Amino acid sequence: MTLTYYLVLAAILFTIGAVGVLVRRNAIVVFMCVELMLNSVNLTLVTFARATGTIDGQIMAFFVMVVAAAEVVVGLAIIMSIYRTRRSASVDDANLLKY
Amino acid sequence: MIEAPDLSLAALAPLLFVFGAACIGVLVEAFWPRESRHPVQVTVALVGTLGALVTTLLLTVDFEREITAAGALAVDGPALFLQATIAGLGALSLLLFAERALDPARSAFVVSAAVPAGSPRDRELLTVQRVQTEVYPLATFAIGGMMLFVAANDLLIMFVALEVLSLPLYLISGLARRRRLLSQEAAVKYFLLGAFASAFFLYGLALVYGATGSVRLGDIRSASLAGGTDVLLVLGLALLVVGLLFKASVAPFHTWTPDVYQGAPTPVTAFMAACTKVAAFGAILRLLYVAFGTAEWTWRPLVYAVAIVSMVVGAVLGLTQTDLKRMLAYSSIAHAGFLLTGVIGLGAAGDGSGLAATMFYLLTYGLTTLGAFAVLTLVRDGDGEATHLSQWAGLASRSPLVAAVMTLFLLALAGIPLTAGFTGKFAVFRAAIEEGAWPLALVALLASAVAAFFYLRVIVLMYFSPPAGAERGQGPTVGVPGMPTTIVLAITATATLALGIVPGSVLDLAERAAIFVG
Repeated sequence: MTLTYYLVLAAILFTIGAVGVLVRRNAIVVFMCVELMLNSVNLTLVTFARATGTIDGQIMAFFVMVVAAAEVVVGLAIIMSIYRTRRSASVDDANLLKY
Repeated sequence: MIEAPDLSLAALAPLLFVFGAACIGVLVEAFWPRESRHPVQVTVALVGTLGALVTTLLLTVDFEREITAAGALAVDGPALFLQATIAGLGALSLLLFAERALDPARSAFVVSAAVPAGSPRDRELLTVQRVQTEVYPLATFAIGGMMLFVAANDLLIMFVALEVLSLPLYLISGLARRRRLLSQEAAVKYFLLGAFASAFFLYGLALVYGATGSVRLGDIRSASLAGGTDVLLVLGLALLVVGLLFKASVAPFHTWTPDVYQGAPTPVTAFMAACTKVAAFGAILRLLYVAFGTAEWTWRPLVYAVAIVSMVVGAVLGLTQTDLKRMLAYSSIAHAGFLLTGVIGLGAAGDGSGLAATMFYLLTYGLTTLGAFAVLTLVRDGDGEATHLSQWAGLASRSPLVAAVMTLFLLALAGIPLTAGFTGKFAVFRAAIEEGAWPLALVALLASAVAAFFYLRVIVLMYFSPPAGAERGQGPTVGVPGMPTTIVLAITATATLALGIVPGSVLDLAERAAIFVG
């Protein structure tokens, strides 16, 4: 029964991450919020692995970590390149493409 | 004692070919001398994708559906059909990447992406005739990810494939040689929104796992049959579909599409428009049919609604565009809606003709849109491609052939009879009507009519307007394409015509392929 708490915590973390992506301006912070969402998924996976008595969930958490690490590499490279050009990592400043 | 998983190497051959070529490409990038690297990289990438195409076609000879790699991969008709489509379209896109005759600096890609745009060093490098070769292994990895994506029989593999196809795309969309600020901005937007969407996909995966205790598509199906559909499962399905619809650029998850299509280098845009669409819809079809085919009522209203929104948004906003790349982006959103009418045509328990129709539509749309973007790379001004509508005025008087080819592609996108676009549209609309979704087909017809207006506007502009900038002698120039782009244009134009006039054999093939395993 107590497993529910972990699921609720994960859902709250996921929501915080999602809201953060939508309201924060700095690309790095937005990206950190995405990472928070991925990690809340990890918590959910591990909890469900415990709840269903299968080990798959724990293995999947490792996959998610690897993918998240790869995503960090690509993401930071892209954000760095735009920061060097504009001296700003704000997503509001990147506004050349619109309508 | 750990048992080795069953691996059918023959069935995996297409994937091994592409991923092998990508790994070799990385090694070439590290060890081959820079001067002669470009032809080697192009050859490796083309051998990989064409090899995959040939092995997929060989697999269809005395073909047996099977699930392999310890249940993670499904090798069945739809998987092979879509893998062949992706490999073929991918090879054509790689040819566009390899074009060296059009840009005065001989490549569409930036020499050194790490140099800040607009810095003295960047201006110096702009005219240097060095070419960037890292795009080839990156694109090959993306093609491999897409081919894995349509064959994934397991949500975890689907997620990994989604990332393998997305991460290289984020990078190469930021590598344009000209208008680098736009390109970098496109990459940032695509990356942040793409990562956001894959987090949703992943949370959906976790919830489905919690509800059924497995991420195998077949197990999910039997669990939803046995235990009914509880809240967790439906919520998980919704989140999974949101993640996939984002990749397929379906409205209301489309906001990245126009920006990224406009900002990315045009060959990359062509690649994304053609191949990513095929891969995303392949995964949507497999997920909805194999895992949730018996719980059709859970996803049908959602897909029905987003199909309508997507068609209307694509068609109406397409009308207001003044940039051709952006206009084609909205056209791709509208086409995603048309494709979803085919998904609705899957019907209860998949007995409708929607699957074959959607696969055929994906093939025709991929070829046509690839061709249209290839034409865009030809018309240039001093600062790269001339994509503003006004610059295309009177193009026919300057270059009748280019205008004629573009007209063919635009007519096909509009769905005029005797082109591939018509056959594809006819097939998906018929599938939807057979499943009783005639209101959807009606909306689709109206949206096609609206969308036809903006395609025809370009044609009218090319043929009946005075040439742009003629009086000042500064209109755009029409570049003479080198061998690669010529091949792409010839193949896509021929296929667009052929699939419109004699679509029978390919439609047959799609129908015979349209049985999922699992």
